[in-house]
Amino acid sequence: MIRSISLVATALLAGLGAPLSGQEMTAEEIIAAMDNNLSSENQVLTSRMVIHGRRASRTIVSKSWVVGTEKSFTEYLAPPREAGTKMLKVGDQLRTYSPQTDRVIQISGHMLRQSVMGSDFSYQDMMEDQSLLDMYSAELEGSELLDGRESWVIRLTARKPGQAYPLRRAWIDKEWLLPMQEEMYAKGGKLLKSARVLEVMRTQGRWYPKVWLFKDELKRNSKGTEWIVDEIAFDVEIPDSRFTRAALRR
Amino acid sequence: MMLTPVLAKRNLLGAGVRTWLNVTVTSLAFFMIIFTSGLYDGMIAFTKRVTVATEIGGGQYWHPQYDPDDPFSLDDAHGVLPPAILPAVAEGLVMPVLVVPGSVYPQGRVLPVMLKGIPPGQQIVDLPTEVLHATPEGALPVLIGSGMARLGKLAQGDRFVIRWRDAYGSYDAQDAEVVAIMEVENFKVDMGQVWLPLETLRQMAAMPGEASYLVISTDQTLAADGGGWTPRDHDFLLQDIINAVEADQPFAMTLYGILLALAALGIFNGQVLSIFRRRREIGTLMALGMTRSRVVGLFTLEGALHSVLAVLLTAVWGLPLLYLVATRGIPIPYDAETIGIVMGKRMFPVYSAALFGGTVVVVALVVTVVSYLPSRRIAKMNPTEALRGRVT
Repeated sequence: MIRSISLVATALLAGLGAPLSGQEMTAEEIIAAMDNNLSSENQVLTSRMVIHGRRASRTIVSKSWVVGTEKSFTEYLAPPREAGTKMLKVGDQLRTYSPQTDRVIQISGHMLRQSVMGSDFSYQDMMEDQSLLDMYSAELEGSELLDGRESWVIRLTARKPGQAYPLRRAWIDKEWLLPMQEEMYAKGGKLLKSARVLEVMRTQGRWYPKVWLFKDELKRNSKGTEWIVDEIAFDVEIPDSRFTRAALRR
Repeated sequence: MMLTPVLAKRNLLGAGVRTWLNVTVTSLAFFMIIFTSGLYDGMIAFTKRVTVATEIGGGQYWHPQYDPDDPFSLDDAHGVLPPAILPAVAEGLVMPVLVVPGSVYPQGRVLPVMLKGIPPGQQIVDLPTEVLHATPEGALPVLIGSGMARLGKLAQGDRFVIRWRDAYGSYDAQDAEVVAIMEVENFKVDMGQVWLPLETLRQMAAMPGEASYLVISTDQTLAADGGGWTPRDHDFLLQDIINAVEADQPFAMTLYGILLALAALGIFNGQVLSIFRRRREIGTLMALGMTRSRVVGLFTLEGALHSVLAVLLTAVWGLPLLYLVATRGIPIPYDAETIGIVMGKRMFPVYSAALFGGTVVVVALVVTVVSYLPSRRIAKMNPTEALRGRVT
């Protein structure tokens, strides 16, 4: 899900803002186009994560540096309790640093299933770094109006066992090529999680999702977690030293 | 020779209230030592009995990567059963259990749990797993403990979603129905545990023929060679409770020490006072031909008899009380799982003959020693000075 942000950003970077015709493209081609554009050089973004609980909501502000789908570095800026916490993902390795304990912890195994900062997505959701077409075979189910806009509905089925979500469905806006809605299903077909773009913005001459809503669909009455992108910059110089363990303690 | 005990008894009883005060304090110490030790012994005995009956049977074989205290290793802690153990499994002498980490969503809330697959027809542990033969329509049959039911606000017949990951890492989820809620005194098989039929869980997790650990019947012997799986005997599996009680031993010993010191102090003071007040009597006894050592023996015996009276007094008031507590138990005002020890809702002390005998010997020894120490002064007394009421 989180990966979708960079995926879309890369697609926009490549200048694929022009409308595409569904009749001329197969599902694989639509996904391939998105996957191709996913490999953006880099991006730096500041975002807010609003975690809606039963009684109250928490807002966590962070700044992220992302290179392609392999490397990302996130530093939490607010609230004070979370400020200074950092997260480094390089390939399939995910490490976090907590200033309270001054320790770097590798997130693996059972911990990957834990919620990120109490939100509706897990560390595992952050770990996807393969292209969608490598992981899933795509099938175009048809077109639908989503919030009054034409979207392709694409069904993604895992190519081999072991994908966290064996089945996904994505609603891709025909004009913006943005995955406006995504549903993730369990092996048995139960809906587990969903992501929806609530607001888009125009930045650097491109459309970009501004507000996402992620939900764990198994939690009843869950209001989900909002991800609000406040600032984003593409093609910014990011030194390799940003993606080292030493950077976590810096 | 009979003169000394007769004199000692007469002098002791003649001291009246002073004697009975000392005897009462000694009796109290005697009672408290037996009662407290009985509580510890009862707790250990209860934990062992319940843990063996509901969880560990005659011992376990663990998959090489299985460690219940390390949840991060549980994803990989499963494998096919060692071939050497398969015949015993077929005979029902060994029970395979598969553990898969998962989450449950009772009333839409999320709770992390361990999904445990167990053969419904097993006879090895005292859990009502036969209810897992039930086949609720469109849902998995699950058995949970009353603690887990309280935590999840679940009742028999309630349905909730279970989510887990299969052996390859894919998420799966399905509805489950609580077919029974068991009252079990071992929180380790209750809190955070959801029991399912073994074959169902194997199918759900894509782990055919696999298990995380094996439990052997109590009438079987744990083999040193588990076919690559690690044998775990009672000493290992009950280490937690043994460590917890051992960690509490210094506190218990301090308590015993204080109680004994109180009793000993009273007797010691009584002896000192007695020797001072009875110096003319001591001088007379010596003048009549009693040797110094016999006089010392007389006073020591007088003191030591406190312990005999204390034992008799405890038998009168303490034994019925100990019996009452041992049969009715003491209610525990909090949930045992909160302190991480397997305990029942009531604690039943266990008193052994060794405990009674040992306590009598220790109390008698301490009382005799503190009775002898002040009496040594008599040996240095000059009979003529003593007759005049002087102490040299």
